[in-house]
Amino acid sequence: MTANALTQSSTRARRRWRLTLQRREAIACALFIAPAVFGFLAFSALPLLASAYLSMTDYSLAGVPNFVGLANYQSLFSDRFFWQAVRVTLTYAIVIVPAWIVSSLALALIMNQNLRGMAAFRTVYYLPAVLSGVGVVMLWIWIFNYRSGLLNIGLGFLGIQGPNWLRDRNWALFSIMLMSLWSVGWYLPIWLSGLQGIPTELYEAAEVDGAGTWARLWHITLPMLSPIMLYNLVINILFATQLFTEPLMMTGGGPDLATLSYVLYMYNNAFSYLKVGHASAMSWLLFLVSLVVTALIFKLSPLWVHFEAERRGER
Amino acid sequence: MSATALPHGRAPLLDRKRRAWIKAAVTYIVLSVGALLFLTPLFWQITTSLKTSADTMKYPPVWIPSPPQFQNYAELFERFPIALYTLNSVFVTTMVIIGTVLSSSLAAYGFARLRMPGRDVIFLILLSTLLLPGVVLIIPQFVLFQRLQWINTYNPLIVPSFFGSAFSIFLLRQFFLTIPRELEDAARIDGAGFLRIYAQIVMPLAWPAIIAVALYTFLGAWNNFLGPLIYLSDSEKYTLPVALRYLQGSMRTRPEQHLLMAAATLSMIPCVVTFFLAQRWFMQGQVFTGVKG
Repeated sequence: MTANALTQSSTRARRRWRLTLQRREAIACALFIAPAVFGFLAFSALPLLASAYLSMTDYSLAGVPNFVGLANYQSLFSDRFFWQAVRVTLTYAIVIVPAWIVSSLALALIMNQNLRGMAAFRTVYYLPAVLSGVGVVMLWIWIFNYRSGLLNIGLGFLGIQGPNWLRDRNWALFSIMLMSLWSVGWYLPIWLSGLQGIPTELYEAAEVDGAGTWARLWHITLPMLSPIMLYNLVINILFATQLFTEPLMMTGGGPDLATLSYVLYMYNNAFSYLKVGHASAMSWLLFLVSLVVTALIFKLSPLWVHFEAERRGER
Repeated sequence: MSATALPHGRAPLLDRKRRAWIKAAVTYIVLSVGALLFLTPLFWQITTSLKTSADTMKYPPVWIPSPPQFQNYAELFERFPIALYTLNSVFVTTMVIIGTVLSSSLAAYGFARLRMPGRDVIFLILLSTLLLPGVVLIIPQFVLFQRLQWINTYNPLIVPSFFGSAFSIFLLRQFFLTIPRELEDAARIDGAGFLRIYAQIVMPLAWPAIIAVALYTFLGAWNNFLGPLIYLSDSEKYTLPVALRYLQGSMRTRPEQHLLMAAATLSMIPCVVTFFLAQRWFMQGQVFTGVKG
């Protein structure tokens, strides 16, 4: 009896000791993640909610915001500049996202060979990707120069008279796309690591079955890479919808609004026209649309993404 | 004896050798042409920065300026406070790197190692901000920082980085999860607290991931354009990207391409140097976050 009570009390003591240990760990965890949680609340969650509110006001960066209901959304939907901005960003995204994915994957497939010097090529293709920013934009403004730019000089050697890239409304957005392709190397390491993760047995088995190069690409490589494809697709769409620096610096949205991207028009609304309500409505719409698009992509992904490939591909 | 009578596989073997050789040749040609296309813009930029103003407009073009006009760079420093802008950029970038590495690694350690009810839900919510287009937050953040009287200071650029970045937390957490627990358990038996384990065991082991986070943060902060553009109004506070934009704008009437290219080159040098010093970690970092896990 006494022995029993003794063990009981000792287990209770041990349990309490474990509890306090657990509690100490939980408190430590809360403290460790506290700054990040605060940052999330203060710099993401709160601003997101605030922009929903601001989008229903006539705030102009000065004075008090007055509630105006959905008036900003209404006037946006009847604003032809808004629709032009939607069109520009959509066109850009629809062209550049597949272009990035296909060209980076093609490069990775070419480089994924046991040949000498591949590391050097990887360096060369990757380098422009780390040089994003205003300096690169300045360089490309110069490259696109009508009379003395590199591009028209090059075309001149081929006997072609190039257009006035950035000043021609038919070519301006295309010029920005062309420039965006320069940073395609950014996605190389992900593809290459994915390619190296594909078990060679799969290819050997396919070869025994007499599968040719294309069959192997279509039935082994692409399915095995599909989780990476999904990741790249989501990230690239996110990237493309945020087109801003290039049109701001290269064309100012012109000529004839041909490069007025969504974010550029949003920026103009907020900081040039001081229509913060309009701009907030635009950012809230962008948020909703990207939420829907991302959700849709993930929802549809089981149709073409082989998630088991990821697990099998891991070491 | 006809070819078909040869033992099976011998002809294909020869054939395969030849095909491999052709494949290699095509690979090298395609990659070399591509590499040339990728490098020519940089070559063009650097040579332009070393030309005289007159030479930049010549046709056919001057490919190699002789003699190279290194004084273009001196002229740039004389006419514009480039040194000041560079210092501003260095200051902001350094602070952002320190803030991001510190706050993100703390949070990542918590998420990877310390148990707390609801921890994984919080992690997922934090992670979801990665799918949020950052520009959506620009305007409300501006209003927030305006209320805090932070306009025309570096605070909006620096302070948020001390409160973690979802991408860095994710990258570091993934790496922390790969570190064997036994080391930490041993330290705990010896009575070490969580902060000590984090600082003396986990962080020293996680340096490849920390370097990757520092590199990405460096690139992002050094090239950050939108932030300084909307928050900084005094020109002596400008960081390089905004300064370059005004340089470009101020030369609209009479563009001095050689000076503009010199400025662009200067702004890229830190990125190029860092890239060549740390290429391995750049590429590895992407792989850490890429898809694994």
